[in-house]
This record gives sequence, C-alpha cells and structure tokens, in this order.
Amino acid sequence: MVTDASPSEFSEREIWNYLSEVHDPEVPVLTVIDLGIVRKVQIINDSLKVVITPTYSGCPAMNTIEEDIIAKLKEKGVSNFTVETVLAPAWTTEWMSDEGKTKLKEFGIAPPQSGSKGSGRPEACPNCGSKETKLKSEFGSTACKALYICLECKEPFDYFKCH
Amino acid sequence: MDSALFNFCLWMGDSSLILGHRLSEWTGHGPILEEDIAMTNIGLDLVGQATSWLTLAGEIEGAGRSEDDLAYLRDLKAFKNALLVEQLNGDFGTTMMRQYLFDVYQMHLMKELSDSKDERLAAIASKSLKEIKYHIRHSSAWIKRLGDGTAESHDRVQNALNALWMFTDDLFESVNGDQELIDSGIIPNLSEIKKSWEKDVMELFKEATLEIPEKVFMMKGSRNGIHTEHLGFLLAEMQFLPRAYPDAKW
Repeated sequence: MVTDASPSEFSEREIWNYLSEVHDPEVPVLTVIDLGIVRKVQIINDSLKVVITPTYSGCPAMNTIEEDIIAKLKEKGVSNFTVETVLAPAWTTEWMSDEGKTKLKEFGIAPPQSGSKGSGRPEACPNCGSKETKLKSEFGSTACKALYICLECKEPFDYFKCH
Repeated sequence: MDSALFNFCLWMGDSSLILGHRLSEWTGHGPILEEDIAMTNIGLDLVGQATSWLTLAGEIEGAGRSEDDLAYLRDLKAFKNALLVEQLNGDFGTTMMRQYLFDVYQMHLMKELSDSKDERLAAIASKSLKEIKYHIRHSSAWIKRLGDGTAESHDRVQNALNALWMFTDDLFESVNGDQELIDSGIIPNLSEIKKSWEKDVMELFKEATLEIPEKVFMMKGSRNGIHTEHLGFLLAEMQFLPRAYPDAKW
C-alpha cells in the first residue's frame, strides 16, 4: 500500500528511475528514457513537472505515453505533478541512449547510425549481421522506422531512422 | 495582430490537415504495400503537424476552441487550406505530383518560419521541417522516375501537372494582416518563398522531362474561404463522426 506523497519527498533521481519503467507502446523494448523523449524532471517546492517531447509530430503513441507516465507516477505514490509536452528543441535520435540502441538491436531493429561517425544507414542486418543491406522503403511500420532488406539472409528488417 | 496570426495558423493547419486526410484515403489502396505505408506515414506526419498548428490557433483565438473543435466543427467557408491539397487523389502519379508541389512549398515555408520571431511558430516549423525532408525525398524521386520513365508514366504525371498547375499561385496568396506579421518578423514574405519554390520545381521538372503548362487560368481564394467542389465532400466524410456523435471517445 502506497500513500500519496508530495513531490518534495522524492528526489529528481528517483523520478527519473520511475520513468525508466515506462515503455514505448510501439517499440516496447525501449523505455521513454532510452528514447530520450523525457526532456526534464523538475521539482519545485511541492510540485513536480515532467517535460516530454514527441519523436514525430504525428506519433500516435504520444497520448498513451503521457497516460502511462501519469499512471506510473501515481502507482509510485507521487501526487501533485504535471506532464507537459514541448516541441522545441525538436527530438533527435542523438538523444537515444546507447543502452537503448543495444536493446533495439537485440529486439531485431537496426539502431540509428547518427552523429558524426554515423552513416545514416543500418550498420548491419540485425538478424545475421551482414553488412550487405538495401533500402526497400523510407517509410516502415511506424513513422520512426524505414524498411531494409538483408542481401545475405534475404530477410526484411526495420531500421530506426536517424532523425 | 492576433486575428492575423490566428488566420495564418489556420492556413498552415488546414493545408496539413486536408492533405493528411487525402493521403489517408490511400490506406489499403496503394499500388504496392510499401507505398501504401509511405503515403499513410506521410499523412500521419501532416495530421500531427495540423494538430500543433490548430492547437496554437485555438490558443491565439482565446475562445476556448480546441484543435478538434477547429478541425471537426467548422464549415467549408471557414477552412483556409490551399486549393491544391483538396484536389482528388486521382491515380498514383497525380497524388505524387500534388505531394511534390506541396512538399517543396512547405519545405521553403517551414525553413523560413523556423527563424520566426514568434517562438511558438518556430517550434512547430523546426519540428515539421525534419519530417518534410523525408516527404520531399520520396515525392521528388517518384516524379523523376515517373516523368522520365515509360511513355505511359510520363503522360500520367504530365497530365497531373497540367491539371494541378492552376492551383499553385493560390499557395502564395497574401491576405490582409499578413504585412504586419511580415514586418514584425513573424512570417516570411510569400513572394520570396514563391521564387525559391519555382526554382526547385523547374529544375526537377527539367530532369523529369516534364513541361509546365502555358497560359493557365490561375484559381485562387482559399485563404478567403473560396474552395473547389471537392472540399465539401471531404469534410462530409472527415467530420461525420464527431458531428453525429458529439464528444465521442474511444
């Protein structure tokens, strides 16, 4: 039994930990922290503010994510909090954690190869590890993914696009 | 100024909403599975952008109207979307031509709006711009491939260009109130956007062996609520559910 406690009884670190238990509904292997969509956790006096940002403007998971965050904080006994959505600065795959990228790969989705060293395309087929892959469609099963085909094992796979 | 800004946000939001809806009509009808998914993905981005613009429009108006109220409870003459985006899907080539003409326009517009002195507009524009870059890669690749493809594919996209060109001046129409927003650095000068747009589309059409039709009557007026016959049918379908079942939730 958890009794409601005001945010001043929690540390920001604890809130971040709670949020790392909230998963993305479309790519459930990733948490909202792995994705980098939680931008800020702020406790001022007696109230908590959680700031999130969408991956894509039309991401249909955003409402569910907000509801899941609310449910998680309530479950942990936090009261008096707000969840705010901001658009700027615009989300980028640069914010995805290394742990998130590893999890994606294990799940069968090629992680984004962004940043100065990134090629912008999948490093290897997540199924067989071959580097011989080909773009099939820039638009995959969700807005954040593209569809590739492995030329070695012939399997199609999702690639989490650099954004 | 608020009423001019409200109108501008409606213009942006309505064009994205109506084109997003048009693309959603392709769901299950795409020529191949990848294109079915691509068009609906792009449609989803556009509806998402429309949500941001219409939410902001509602806030600026200050009358308590939400983005859903604005999308579902306004009648035809209150819609400000560009005439181009309400045109019928036609064949795949027509949909790609409509998309390409709009993508280039939207890209230049959002690029400039990313530097708007109004942070709210800049935020929506910067976010949208990242998505538009995928859209334009997709539509321009198809225009090149179809234009410079077989005689059949060439004729189809050329016919699409002939039919849609008359709605392109309308994309850059100014209305009363714009000048003040331009002077304050909130929105860009539309004639400048038109120049950048023309340069890009002419270059691509050359590569795609397509010709811009000459002596075309240019239809305008969308920002004053003047539309072609197609918008009414679209709204009837799009607005049916929230009007028949007000406040329906699922």
